[in-house]
Amino acid sequence: MAQVNLRNVVKRYGALQVVHGVDLNIDDNEFVVLVGPSGCGKSTTLRMIAGLEAISGGEIVIGDRVVNDLPPRHRNISMVFQNYALYPHMSVRENLGFSLKIAKKTQAEIDQAVDEAAEILSLTEYMDRKPGALSGGQRQRVAMGRAIVRHPDVFLFDEPLSNLDAKLRTQMRTEIKKLHQKVNSTIVYVTHDQVEAMTLADRIVIMRDGHIEQVGTPLEVFENPANTFVATFIGSPPMNLLAGRVSKDRIVLENGLDVPVPGQFSDKTHEGQEVILGFRADNLMPVGHAMPMGGASAELDMAVTLSEPLGTETLLFTSIAGKEVQAKMLNPRPVAPGERLSFQLDLTRCHLFDAQSQNSLR
Amino acid sequence: MTRFRLPAWFVLLLPAIIVLAAVVLIPLLLSLYSSFTSYRLTRPDSLYNWIGTFNYEKAAKSAHFWAAFGRTLLLLTIALNLEMLLGLGLALLVNQVTYGQRALRTIMMFPMMFSPLLVGFQFKFIFNDNVGLVNNALQSLGLSNTAIPWLVDGQLAFFSILVAEMWSSTSVFAILILAGLFAVPRDPIEAAKVDGCTPWQSFRHITLPYIMPFIYIALAIRSLDVARAYDIVQIMTNGGPARRTELIWTMIGRTGYVDAKMGYANAMGYISIFLAIFFTIYFFRKLNAARAELGMGG
Repeated sequence: MAQVNLRNVVKRYGALQVVHGVDLNIDDNEFVVLVGPSGCGKSTTLRMIAGLEAISGGEIVIGDRVVNDLPPRHRNISMVFQNYALYPHMSVRENLGFSLKIAKKTQAEIDQAVDEAAEILSLTEYMDRKPGALSGGQRQRVAMGRAIVRHPDVFLFDEPLSNLDAKLRTQMRTEIKKLHQKVNSTIVYVTHDQVEAMTLADRIVIMRDGHIEQVGTPLEVFENPANTFVATFIGSPPMNLLAGRVSKDRIVLENGLDVPVPGQFSDKTHEGQEVILGFRADNLMPVGHAMPMGGASAELDMAVTLSEPLGTETLLFTSIAGKEVQAKMLNPRPVAPGERLSFQLDLTRCHLFDAQSQNSLR
Repeated sequence: MTRFRLPAWFVLLLPAIIVLAAVVLIPLLLSLYSSFTSYRLTRPDSLYNWIGTFNYEKAAKSAHFWAAFGRTLLLLTIALNLEMLLGLGLALLVNQVTYGQRALRTIMMFPMMFSPLLVGFQFKFIFNDNVGLVNNALQSLGLSNTAIPWLVDGQLAFFSILVAEMWSSTSVFAILILAGLFAVPRDPIEAAKVDGCTPWQSFRHITLPYIMPFIYIALAIRSLDVARAYDIVQIMTNGGPARRTELIWTMIGRTGYVDAKMGYANAMGYISIFLAIFFTIYFFRKLNAARAELGMGG
C-alpha cells in the first residue's frame, strides 16, 4: 500500500504537449478517479504512473520512491486494461499466476494466491478455460484477478468497463467498489463516464486538455463545480447555463427576462458584470411537482417543448431566453408538448460563473 | 429417337477434368508407371519393359541415394534452423525501427528478387578458390595465405551452399515473422511489462506464442523449398566434386536427364516426395497447434 504523488508532471510528444504540469497527491488506500472527455490526457497520465509512457517533465513518486526512470516491473503496480489484455494462450489459472511465476514464487505460494483471487472474484469454475472461451464480464474479472494476486502498492484501471454492456457495467462497477473495500489499496481509475466516477471515487479528478480542472469528492464537484466545464461534465442531465449581465442585483438574461442575483453571490458580483447562471434540472421544477424549496426562489412561466418520462420523475425540456433548458418533474403526470407550466427556480442552489474566465464566482 | 446426352454436371465439369487430367493426372500416373519400368529416354520402347519394384529396390540399396537423401535432410535441418533464427532476429530489429522502415523492408526483400540460378553463379564466384571474394579478402587481411578450396572440399562446399541458400532465403522468414510481429496486440505486452516481465520474458512468454503460427508457415514453405533444392547446388558444385554435395534432386536430375534412366529417376523421385509430404504435414500440425493455443481455432 502506498501513496502516489504527481509533481508538475508533463508529457510531450515532440512539439505536442498533451499533459501540462499535473499536480496530484493520492493518499494511501484512496480510490481516485481521473475523468474527462477523450483526449484530455487522463489515460496518458495513468500510463505514466504505470511506467508505460516516459515522463517528459516533473516527478512521480510511489510510496517514497521517485519512479520516473523505473521500468513498470520495478514499480510494484498492477493494471487492468480496457481490452482486458489477457494472455490468450494461457488458461485462467495461468493468467492469474503469471506475474507470480515471473517473480519466481514457489508453486504453493502461487496456488494459494491464485485460489484466493479466484475465490474473491468467483472465477473458480473457469480456472482451466482459455480467455477465448469466456464472456466479456468473466474476462474482466480475470483481468482484475491478475491485478490483485500480486498485492501491489497501487492498482491502475484504464477504462476497465467501457467494453461491457450497460447492465454488466453497473454490476462490475459494484464489484470493483466491493473489491476496493476487501483488498484495501490505493486505486487510480480512469474513465470518461462521469457516473462511474461519481459512484466509485473517494475523490474525482476532472481533466480537460491536459490540465486538471478540479479535484474533489463526488459531492464537492457536483455541488460546487469550479467552472462551467465541470458543471456541465459532472451530473446528468448536464447543468443548464444561461448567459446574462448583472444589473441592480438582478441577472438580466439575453431576452430581457431577469432573475434576482442569488443571495450567496450578492457580494461577489458587480454592476454590469457578464455572468453565466447555472442550475441543474433538479432545481427547476413545476409548481406542485417540486421538492419544497427552503430559500429564495424565482417563478417562471414557460411552455414545455418535450417530455421524457423516466418513471419516478419526468424530464421536461423548455426554453429560457431562447436557450433550451431541462427541468425535472416529481410525481409526474402526462405533459403534452406546448403545455404552459409555472416553474420554480431554486435560487439557493444556483451557480454563478464569470462569463470571461468561466470560473465559479463562489 | 432421342440422342444420348451427357448429364449437365459432367459437361460443366468436363473442361476442368480435361485440364487437370492433361497437366496433373496423366503425367503423375505415367511417371508412377514408368518407375516400374526400365524406361530410358534414349530407348522409348523400354517404357513397356515392366520390371516390377526393381528400381525401388535399387534405390533402397543405393548408398549414393541414401547419402544424398541424408545430405538433403541435413541441409534442410541446418538451413531452416539458422534461417529461422536469423530471420527472427532481423524481423525483431526491423520492427524496432521507426524511421525508414518501409525502405528497410523493401531492401530486406532484395535477395528474394534474384533467380536462384543467379545466386548460384554469384556465390560460385564469391567462393572461387582463385579469383573469389572470400579467399581474396582472407588473404588481403592476412588471415590465410593459402587458397582455401571452398567448392572442392566436401564439407566446405556444403558450407558454401548453405551460405548461398541462407543469403537468398532468410528474408522469407524475416518478412513472414515481421508480418506476425505487426499482428501482435500491444495490450498483452504492456500487461506483461506491468506483471513484472523483463523485455526477454515478455518476448519469450507473450510475443513468441503470437508469432509461432507465422514461424510454422515459413518453416512449411521453406521445408518444401529446401527439400527440392536443385538450382543453387547445380550451379555451384553440380553435386560434386565426386558426389560430395549431391542432394536428392541433383541426383535425380542427373540420373533422369544425363544418364537418361528415367524409370529409376522417377522411382527415387517418389521416395523423396515422402520427405516433402512428411515435413508439410509436420509443420501444418504444429501450425494448427500453435493457432489453437492462441484460441484461433484448430
